[in-house]
Amino acid sequence: MTEFLELTEAVKRYVKPGCSVAAEGFTHLIPHAAGAEIIRQGIRHLTLIRMTPDIIFDQLIGMGCADKIIFSWGGNPGVGSLFRLRDAYENGVPHEMEFEEHAHAAMANAYAAGAAGMPCAFFKGYRGTQYPEVNPKIRFIECPFTGEELTVIPSHRPDVAIVHAQRADRQGNIWMTGILGVQKEAVLAARRSIVTVEEVVNDVDESAGGTVIPRWAVDVVCEARLGAFPSYAEGYYDRSNAFYQKWGEVSRDYHQFLEWMELYLLTSDDFTHYLAKLKEDAYV
Amino acid sequence: MSELSYSPEEMMVVAASRLLDPDDVVFIGIGLPSKAANLARQTHAPELSMIYESGTIDTKPTVLPLSIGDPELSRTAKAVVSVPEMFNYWLQGGWIRTGFLGAAQIDRFANLNSTVIGDYRKPKVRLPGAGGAPEIANFCNRTLVLLRQNPRTFVEKLDFMTTVGMLHGGKSRQGLNVPGRGPQAVITDLGILEPDAENGELVLTHLHPGVSAEAAIESTSWPLKVADQLVETEKPSTKQLEILRALVPSEESNVAELIPSTADLE
Repeated sequence: MTEFLELTEAVKRYVKPGCSVAAEGFTHLIPHAAGAEIIRQGIRHLTLIRMTPDIIFDQLIGMGCADKIIFSWGGNPGVGSLFRLRDAYENGVPHEMEFEEHAHAAMANAYAAGAAGMPCAFFKGYRGTQYPEVNPKIRFIECPFTGEELTVIPSHRPDVAIVHAQRADRQGNIWMTGILGVQKEAVLAARRSIVTVEEVVNDVDESAGGTVIPRWAVDVVCEARLGAFPSYAEGYYDRSNAFYQKWGEVSRDYHQFLEWMELYLLTSDDFTHYLAKLKEDAYV
Repeated sequence: MSELSYSPEEMMVVAASRLLDPDDVVFIGIGLPSKAANLARQTHAPELSMIYESGTIDTKPTVLPLSIGDPELSRTAKAVVSVPEMFNYWLQGGWIRTGFLGAAQIDRFANLNSTVIGDYRKPKVRLPGAGGAPEIANFCNRTLVLLRQNPRTFVEKLDFMTTVGMLHGGKSRQGLNVPGRGPQAVITDLGILEPDAENGELVLTHLHPGVSAEAAIESTSWPLKVADQLVETEKPSTKQLEILRALVPSEESNVAELIPSTADLE
């Protein structure tokens, strides 16, 4: 049954050093408040799983929280590089990490297979590409009915999935709308799930559209207003394209990045305070 | 080029947009492909179906999205589906006619690299990676590639094969057993290259106004083949330029208004 916790407590209880954490949200509803909380608590040796690492994983990587990342597109959308991810890959800064690289179709299938309780996902990916040479988890089997060669990859079964949604009701049912990415699949594939929400309301259902994840499939709900910033929550606030553009400058140099994180994130009382400081200094 | 009233990039986007059919179903990445498709929809292809990999189907944005998952895309879409559904049913299922691709490197068979410059394990530059590209290239009925033409991008040999074009040429692509026909045109800031019907190697078939074949040859690291009958691309019309220049990402966001000031928190 769903438990309502403060985000600090939820992260402390479920995100343990060495565990695998899927944090999803495809451009929309990226659980940034939870990512910031993991950094604040200094949790390390994580395996981070996300299709598009985005700023949330760029920060976690730069702060040394990750030993491994599983991903399929590591850029700053519409802007350019994720410099902390690049620095880790190219120069081992702040430390050497393992990179398990996929394409989007593979990641989406790995989550869906995990949600379906399957050990692996099969699809028609990667044909002709060099990815099977560099990722030994990409393998091929023959369809027993047609003889067609199919691609197989292990399913994602993260220890913890973290997603952000617009609403939860008081029983802990989750409601989200707009671009849904692989959030539902990530929650169902994971052993434990933490859902941060913009607000808690009396009741949610699908009569006005959107998607509900029932309370018995979610472990923890945390209220985290503006918790997807600089991503967005449809119906609540827009994406901060300006912050995505500024992130390139903030993150380009490692030491400058560390100073920035210290000044804005580590010395803030909570996520709202962090956002207020960003606003004060015209990052938003 | 100084007498031209448009930039080489604008020429490239206009040339790409013209290649979309009026009723095309097109899978779009961000950047120039997004501009080309939105331009087509606002000019000769009002019925164009635009699909972004974030799951938005038949979307009609009024401002240019900065990311493939901008709220403008879901708000103006006929349908929004999950990412697994997008890749499995709609893309792998063979419903999408045209896919747009870009890359950091292209070879003579229009194979693409968007993964690394240099060695995979110790690269000079780590690029974003595959995203949706490998399956867009294999499962859309055709692909169009948009790239600025220069020797660093148009290379003799890719550092990494992220996405398959005509593979090794000839009939090699058929051996992949994928439904997509592969790249049908590479649109650059200098002209248009198309794969030869027999051997699959890219041939320069169109030049944009004011560009010489020599310039295209010099901008290509392999010995570029040039068609016997080179066609000059039609210049962008005033209307196309007007629409294209109005297509800019929105900088507006209401989020700042919703964040409290530090004083409020004390």
